Amino acid sequence: MLELHRIGKSYPGVRALRGVSLAVRAGEVLGLVGENGAGKSTLIRIVSGAERPDGGRMEFEGEAAAFASPADARERGIAVIHQELSLVPQLSVRENLFLGAGWSRRGLVRRRWEEREARRLLGLLEMDIDPDARCSELSLGARQAVEIAKALALEPRLLVLDEPTAALSPREARALLRQVRGVARRGAAAIYISHRLEEIEAVADRVAVLRDGELVHGIDRRGQGSRGDGLLAPDRDEIDRRRPAGGGDGRLPLDRDELIQAMVGRSLSAEFPPRRPRVIGETRLEVRGLSAGRRVQGVSFDIRRGEVLGLAGLVGAGRTEVALMIAGAMAPDGGEVRLDGERLDLRSPRRAIRSGICLLPEDRRGQGLVLSRSARDNFALPNLDRFRRWRGLVDRRREGLAFGRWREQLDIRLARPGQRAATLSGGNQQKVVIARWLERGAKVVLCDEPTRGIDVGARYEIYEWIRRIASEGKSVLLISSELEEVLGMSDRVLVMHEGRIRGEIPDPARADPAGVLRIAAGIGLAEESSVA
Amino acid sequence: MPEGTGESAAGRWRRRLLDLLGRNLSVVVLVLLCLISSAATWREQNPITSRSGGAVARQVLEACPAPCSVLVVARDTEADRVFAQAIERGLDAAGVRIAGRALGQPRDVRLELERIAGAGGSLDAIATHRIASEWGPVRTAGVRVFAPRSYRWPTFLTARNLLNVVNQNADIAIIALGMTLVILTAGIDLSVGSLLALAGVIAAVAAQEWFGGAAASPAGLLAAAMLLGVAAAALGGLLSGTMVTAFRVPPFVATLGLMMLARGLALILAVGHQRRLSGGGAEGTPEAVRVDAAAFAWLGNGAVLGVPNPIVLMLVLFVAAHLLMTRTMFGRYVYAVGGNVEAARLSGVPVTAVLLAVYCLCGAFAGLAGMVDASRFEGGRPNAGELYELQVIAAVVVGGASLAGGRGRIAGTLIGAMIIAVIQNGLNIAGVASYEQKVVFGALILAAVLLDRLQPKIASRRARMTRSAS
Repeated sequence: MLELHRIGKSYPGVRALRGVSLAVRAGEVLGLVGENGAGKSTLIRIVSGAERPDGGRMEFEGEAAAFASPADARERGIAVIHQELSLVPQLSVRENLFLGAGWSRRGLVRRRWEEREARRLLGLLEMDIDPDARCSELSLGARQAVEIAKALALEPRLLVLDEPTAALSPREARALLRQVRGVARRGAAAIYISHRLEEIEAVADRVAVLRDGELVHGIDRRGQGSRGDGLLAPDRDEIDRRRPAGGGDGRLPLDRDELIQAMVGRSLSAEFPPRRPRVIGETRLEVRGLSAGRRVQGVSFDIRRGEVLGLAGLVGAGRTEVALMIAGAMAPDGGEVRLDGERLDLRSPRRAIRSGICLLPEDRRGQGLVLSRSARDNFALPNLDRFRRWRGLVDRRREGLAFGRWREQLDIRLARPGQRAATLSGGNQQKVVIARWLERGAKVVLCDEPTRGIDVGARYEIYEWIRRIASEGKSVLLISSELEEVLGMSDRVLVMHEGRIRGEIPDPARADPAGVLRIAAGIGLAEESSVA
Repeated sequence: MPEGTGESAAGRWRRRLLDLLGRNLSVVVLVLLCLISSAATWREQNPITSRSGGAVARQVLEACPAPCSVLVVARDTEADRVFAQAIERGLDAAGVRIAGRALGQPRDVRLELERIAGAGGSLDAIATHRIASEWGPVRTAGVRVFAPRSYRWPTFLTARNLLNVVNQNADIAIIALGMTLVILTAGIDLSVGSLLALAGVIAAVAAQEWFGGAAASPAGLLAAAMLLGVAAAALGGLLSGTMVTAFRVPPFVATLGLMMLARGLALILAVGHQRRLSGGGAEGTPEAVRVDAAAFAWLGNGAVLGVPNPIVLMLVLFVAAHLLMTRTMFGRYVYAVGGNVEAARLSGVPVTAVLLAVYCLCGAFAGLAGMVDASRFEGGRPNAGELYELQVIAAVVVGGASLAGGRGRIAGTLIGAMIIAVIQNGLNIAGVASYEQKVVFGALILAAVLLDRLQPKIASRRARMTRSAS
């Protein structure tokens, strides 16, 4: 259906794609994986008409395709779901779904039909979303689902999904994956990009691995030979290696280590760095009866020195709100937080930061960084009082030295110190936020989805950083929707469901993920049950 | 081809040049405008200055050495007197006899010629300037006439005109500073023109009614009156800041309200003052509140080392604002709040305090501009500064600041203000009527915003071009 022949694309200073050849056939899902900066997004931009290649050619449904614009590509039946949400927050779900799609009849909106259709589309995704709710009132996960429903409404020939599940809960993600399979079954094609290999495993018929703008590896899970896939990669021996049979639905199992190795070009010994021996000291942070409307209802817990406390749960369980309240960014209705026995004033993030509580926010671009400013300015923003010289003058030399130090330690890759934060990769952006709190010397670090949308290599470095600050005696609250991550990184895990803590897992390394998931989903459990 | 870019040396240079131009587009525009204005005003120049006077004296000496008597002719203006004195100094030094001096009309020249002839004195030459050399009595005097050689030079590019251009727009530039801060936080302040007027009227009323008027007005009291005006405007800014932060009123609406409020107050104060002047009987009129103290005019009309005071004040404020925005915590905070409020808040930036300070500063800058205006006109004019807000916003936008916040520089605003000033001046010299000027300005603002929008596209085209060049 879609054929790419030696597509190349360069930006000043970077060759993003170096002659990538690839084919996607009707009725299949192609998984596309690779580290950040490997060229996946560029490839998608070219396929969707947002960019033009410098070299090579592209065919879509047998015709040469040179899309002039995304609208042009959409016209031809290519729907793209980007990482960035493109909904109008002030409009309702229904209005967003049919925005700009020409569904009206003689300029009049067909309201009845729209309502029916909206329910059908949202039903496909198994999302319980009110079509008349305003998009601004929805959670990030629900908004992503609306985005996907919007693409499905177009009945696309080729559906391109770029990290679609980053903001979804596991249940929503599974429903989405089923939908993607359904699209393929109906004879269309899909390209699925994700950092989550288990999703790739669940959804992809074939997997292509990009590294540094080249196709380095390909796997055909239906066990077909390389003949039909001549376009998958220039090096035919390397790709389409037959794997021993054994998949459930006729697809072969995926060797994740093989994929990871192909992505990073080096082998990772383990997904998580080893736990360092350390002393977990006395209680540092006490949270008592923290509440915020229905979203958080009487949450209490302690974090001790040197401890990593995981907070598991589905999207919308209230975990982010707990972190925001501790960080002073959201006013609680009730409850209190004590740091080393002293009650904290939760009225502003400024006060929280002063007392040593730092937040690595969930939405890096929206809440963590001022994208229009340089990496260095972002690093310095909460630390300016430390670089103060005289009456609010900033000592730029000291600031530069401090930034240089952390930049080296954390291996933040910049073209120059003044590079704007907007142009950094996800991993480097997160490292800038981390550097700022390291400079601050926080006592408690609240990490909300610290590895979302971050490639495997940088992810490992962030895990190492969490281990390191814990061994230095800091207390860490780790919120993650990736169960493996919470269980693999934490010393203790609390599971939240609908605003309450429903379970505690004292030894997460040996816990049964399925059991944790059951608690998170609120399935058949008594209050305060525990899973060993 | 080497790793990475792989472009030729020529391509690289071209890219660098384009980058440089792209980044300093407003400077390029300003230089271009100056060139155009210069070319359009390429005229014959006959300066009447001390220097040209000296030059005439030298001409006389060359053509007609020592025993020679000369009549100096000029008009009765300040510049002419300086010119005439310079001639006499030059001739005196060489021992040339000054037969007489005629400062005034052609008639005065005739009378002076008659006096010299009557006294039996001889006359060898007349030293004067180009204009007076055309006068009848001068031409028919029957002696050699010396005048400075004229030369061709753009009228635009004379020191006098340039100082004038900047001086005329100093108040706009000063307000533009405060507006830059507000726009950097993604806000807007429509009240600046009214605050300017209010500050001027308050300062004038205070100087007249409370601090002694003409009779007893030491500089200290006048300064106090002026500070009162600035403080009032700053307070106005604080009010809009409060509306914006505490009550989440959109800046456009909050400052629109203040704009009308402040204008009304300025008019009420001025009318009240006039009524008190007339003894309370007559209806007051919204005329300017005249300040009798001479020192009041110093700020607007004085000069330091030949540079008008408004320009000096403007430059000082620009340097201060530039340092504030680039070197201090406050400056960083302003950029952070404008770039991403939420990230700034979570990073511990005191967002509310920053916004309050920004609006307060903007008001204070408007107040300072009000002092310049009131001092220049020796009184507070309740109708001063009308539509200034639009000119100021235009200056800031032309200077490259983004109305979406977070992007813009103080230096850019200075250039933007100068671009507007130069266009205005160029149009004035070229004799374009004020209605047509409005059209030009409107088009200019649209062009500036368009340029802002197109910049990413230009950048990507640039990238493509350099690639094809390699």
